[in-house]
Amino acid sequence: MAQITSLSEAVAELVHDGDTVALEGFTHLIPMAAGHEIIRQGRRNLRLVRMTPDIVYDQMIGAGTATGLVFSWGGNPGVGSLHRFRDAVEHAYPQPLAIEEHSHAGMTVRYVAGASGLPFGVMRGYVGTDLPAHTDTITTVQCPFTGEPLTAVSALNPDVGIIHAQQVDREGNIGFWGIQGVQKETVLASRRSIVTVEEMVDSFDSRVRVVLPAWVVSAVAVVPRGAHPSYAHSYYQRDNAYYREWDAVGRDRDVFADWIRTHILETTDFSEHLRMVDSVLVEAS
Amino acid sequence: MTTDSAELTGLTGLTELTERTTAPTADEMMTVVASRALNNHDVVFVGIGIPSTAANLARRTHAPEVVLIYESGTIGTKPSRPPASIGDGELADTAVSVVSGPEIFAYWLQAGRINIGFLGAAQLDRFGNLNTTVVGDYDHPTTRLPGAGGAPEIALGAQHTVIVLRQNPRAFVDHLDFVTSVGHHRGSGSRRELGATGSGPSLVITDIGVLRPDSDTDELTLVSLHPGRTVDEAIAATGWPLTIAADLSVTEAPSSVELSLLREMSAMGESGRP
Repeated sequence: MAQITSLSEAVAELVHDGDTVALEGFTHLIPMAAGHEIIRQGRRNLRLVRMTPDIVYDQMIGAGTATGLVFSWGGNPGVGSLHRFRDAVEHAYPQPLAIEEHSHAGMTVRYVAGASGLPFGVMRGYVGTDLPAHTDTITTVQCPFTGEPLTAVSALNPDVGIIHAQQVDREGNIGFWGIQGVQKETVLASRRSIVTVEEMVDSFDSRVRVVLPAWVVSAVAVVPRGAHPSYAHSYYQRDNAYYREWDAVGRDRDVFADWIRTHILETTDFSEHLRMVDSVLVEAS
Repeated sequence: MTTDSAELTGLTGLTELTERTTAPTADEMMTVVASRALNNHDVVFVGIGIPSTAANLARRTHAPEVVLIYESGTIGTKPSRPPASIGDGELADTAVSVVSGPEIFAYWLQAGRINIGFLGAAQLDRFGNLNTTVVGDYDHPTTRLPGAGGAPEIALGAQHTVIVLRQNPRAFVDHLDFVTSVGHHRGSGSRRELGATGSGPSLVITDIGVLRPDSDTDELTLVSLHPGRTVDEAIAATGWPLTIAADLSVTEAPSSVELSLLREMSAMGESGRP
């Protein structure tokens, strides 16, 4: 049953050094506050999983929390490179990063398999590409009915799955809407889960499209604007300026280190960081 | 077409805009030509950047009923301003349906419901195979690129693909360091042996001209040059001995309406907020 707690307590209890951790959110509802808290608590040797490791993973990789990354697209959407990610892959800085690389479609199939209690998923994919030669979680299977060759990818079952959502009700059920990505699959595929939410409500908004029952979630923490600089549909918009400005921060090792220190290591929580960020919160009308 | 476009966009002062239109930049030329590759009732899987701009330009000019699908799970979306990312809230707000990640790739793309996949890349070879993964050795890359995203399965599963890419020797290479998404594989019909459900790249649109695969060899052949561009430029920008079509044509220049709309969209996109 979901324990309603603080984010710092949830991370302290559920995220351990060496864990495989998935923070998901496809452009929308990215659990940024949770990523910051993991950095703040100094977790090490994490194997991070995420379809689109964008700024939150650039920060976690650059801060030295991760030694592995399972992913399908690593960039700053609409801006360019993730410089901390590139520095780790190209120069092993601040430490080597072992990568396991997939496509988006393959990652979704892996999460579905993980959430379904299956060892692998089947798809049409990857053929003609160099990905199977470098990624041992991609192989071929034969359809037992027709003999047709198909692609198999192994299931994803993270130790911890972390997502952000709009609402939690009094019983601890999670409700969200807008772009859904693999939010639901991430929670159901993971052994433990943390959900940060914008607010607690007496009963769900009529806009809620997906509900995760309280008993499949380990911990819930109310963290308003916890997805910033991504967005929470109907709550606030994507802070595109932050994404653009991140380029200069991530590009330089010293500027980055200073940013991590002032925005995360020397702050007590995400709200303190938000007060430092020059961003405009646009409440939904 | 000009009248329709003006009515569709509801632009006021279009005449005034038109008169002030200056010559297209190389990127504008590429975007306008790419928009013309889409028709009404096409169902298009759209990537961010020039493909997205081109797709929305098509929707606002000659193809108002084109169906745009983004990999964020937004189906039939009609953004009023260019999205900054494939998961913009604007895409969800204006979509006919918003579906999950597993669903968009399985039910919609893999099942063959997309007829045009609109792709960009860092590098392309003569058979339209694409690299968005690394430059240099995979384990010790000189440049680490973002990676595959949705492209490998778009390239396999869309009925055909349209590729938009600036033409220069760094991008149009003789040999790809990494094949992220397959095009016509090794040419001469070899793609069929892979079991791909779609038929691969039908069109490559660059800032210099337009290339199509040869009907026998599948090798990309220059079939059209944009106004003011030369065959020598195209050859110099290509890392393999480029074949030129016998009936090489000149691309129709962007109309003033296309250019005005494109510039209006770009200006809205740059502001970052509605």
